[in-house]
Amino acid sequence: MITKIMNWFDDRLPITATLERHLTKYPAPINMNIWYLAGVLLVVVLVIQLLSGIWLLMNYEATAEGAFASIQYIMRDVEYGYIIRYMHTTGASAFFALIYLHMFRGMMYGSYQKPRELLWVVGWLTYLLLCMLGFTGYVLPWGQMSFWAAQVIMSLFGSIPYFGEDLLTWIRGDYLISGITLNRLFALHVVLLPLALIVVIFVHILALHEVGSNNPDGVDVKKFKDKDGVPLDTKPFFPYDVMHDLYAIGVFLIFFCTIMFFYPDGGGYVIEYVNYEPADNLKTPDHIIPAWYYTPYYAMLRAITFPLFGLSAKFLGFVVMAAGIAIFVALPWLDRSSVKSIKYKGIYSKVFLVLFVISFFVLGYLGSVAPSPIRTAVAQFFTATYFAYFLLMPIYSKYERCKPVPDRVQLS
Amino acid sequence: MQPKPPPNPGRRKFLIGATSVVGAVGVAGAAIPFIGSWNPSAKAEAAGAPAIADISKLAPGEMMIVEWRGVPIYIVKHSEESLNQIDKNLERLADPDSATEQQPDYAKNKYRSRKKEISVLTAVCTHLACAPKFYPQLGTTDFDSNWQGGFFCPCHGSKFDLAGRVYSGVPAPDNLPVPPHYYKTDGLLVIGEDGETA
Repeated sequence: MITKIMNWFDDRLPITATLERHLTKYPAPINMNIWYLAGVLLVVVLVIQLLSGIWLLMNYEATAEGAFASIQYIMRDVEYGYIIRYMHTTGASAFFALIYLHMFRGMMYGSYQKPRELLWVVGWLTYLLLCMLGFTGYVLPWGQMSFWAAQVIMSLFGSIPYFGEDLLTWIRGDYLISGITLNRLFALHVVLLPLALIVVIFVHILALHEVGSNNPDGVDVKKFKDKDGVPLDTKPFFPYDVMHDLYAIGVFLIFFCTIMFFYPDGGGYVIEYVNYEPADNLKTPDHIIPAWYYTPYYAMLRAITFPLFGLSAKFLGFVVMAAGIAIFVALPWLDRSSVKSIKYKGIYSKVFLVLFVISFFVLGYLGSVAPSPIRTAVAQFFTATYFAYFLLMPIYSKYERCKPVPDRVQLS
Repeated sequence: MQPKPPPNPGRRKFLIGATSVVGAVGVAGAAIPFIGSWNPSAKAEAAGAPAIADISKLAPGEMMIVEWRGVPIYIVKHSEESLNQIDKNLERLADPDSATEQQPDYAKNKYRSRKKEISVLTAVCTHLACAPKFYPQLGTTDFDSNWQGGFFCPCHGSKFDLAGRVYSGVPAPDNLPVPPHYYKTDGLLVIGEDGETA
């Protein structure tokens, strides 16, 4: 009877085939490690953000006059409103923390290499959309930091030679950041960008399930199959991976809830204290610091203090900052190594990857503190090493001596 | 069996071409309202009207702030002492002669103003549009060991002198802009229009 009902549906909608392809028969490498959890946790955070976002929307008012007050209303008068909001702010930070881990995993194990170039490019698109979502969402509470962050980031477009100023006015819809600007960022944040994000994440997972998951050894698990054509070094995603993922999700949510309930400000990093003041377009806060997940790029922006080739320092800073985010997309074509995983790559790849991580953290710190001549010099140095990881990769990845890669995955 | 080639290939080609052209025109036409609606509305344009400031009570060394088009305009009345500084610090400035077009022609002089004792400056840092802070005092400050008085941007550390001229080696590329302005009477400053004498 059940089979008959299932057949009726399967003839009209590929339910069983889809479940098999993406869950019960999706071959996951057996040597996946803890780094492979970030992806599934990102999906969990996406759900958290969608739900909490929709609930915030029920009480938020997107006007320059009412936005700040409506946030206070949510925090004080709406039942459980403060939890819904802290869920959303904590979720935003978690989103970025996880996507950085997820990207780093890909960089470590060469998950961007052939045949996963498009998977990596689509993943990079989700990161880009996330950056836009983070920025547009940050403006909505209309606090001091919201306003001035919008001012700083939007005025970057004004630095583009020739048509920058007109472009800036067009983006703002006004001669200053105003309620008009707030309204359009609101529309982007709650409709266009999340819609695009969901589509892009869907495509990302489709691409993943087409080429298959990489693994810490970077070996092709599809090379050795049993008599049924199932790759030997894999197990079905459901139930095996789903089960341990559920455990990991539990642990993750304990951390998440600890921050959400007990440290919702995250020491001023998750929610910046200056944002507890309403936006005032005549008073710049003493220090304009972006949310922590943008600080490495903010440090790059500030590091460029000199004009070059007839272009202003401001425009160059914008270009370098944008390049810092954009350059990830080129990784599949910068890496000329014959091996994927850092486990078997040569010493230079290891050194440069470590250097990249150090640069990222140092820039992240420098972007979160006030500038000084010494800090600017340090930021310039680490901006250079950050880009060196990418730009020198075609050379060092090609000429270094790699270790032999085994045929099958290695279980320690 | 080979499928028969479609009849009238010329007509098909024409129809495909014509449909594509009409489609492209349609897309371009449809984009106009979507892109155009991001331009400033009539309400936003009306809010950009000139601002008027009463500067008759401004004492030397003091600064007042008025709002024009949503940005702060600094009006500084200089003391004799600070006016004398104007030629002293030139080697540290990126553009001491105001060569870049950051001011109306009538303010293209070393004081960057219509009246030498009064500076009218758009307090929007030319780096990333923060409002620089006014530090009139001379000597050592947190950010400069030999400060000559002027404006310091707290966001990214750009420095400007009292006439709004940018220091070299800071993120800001240009001098602070001087907005269009004129004196209606001695004590009445209009910001946002050049006036008839311009």
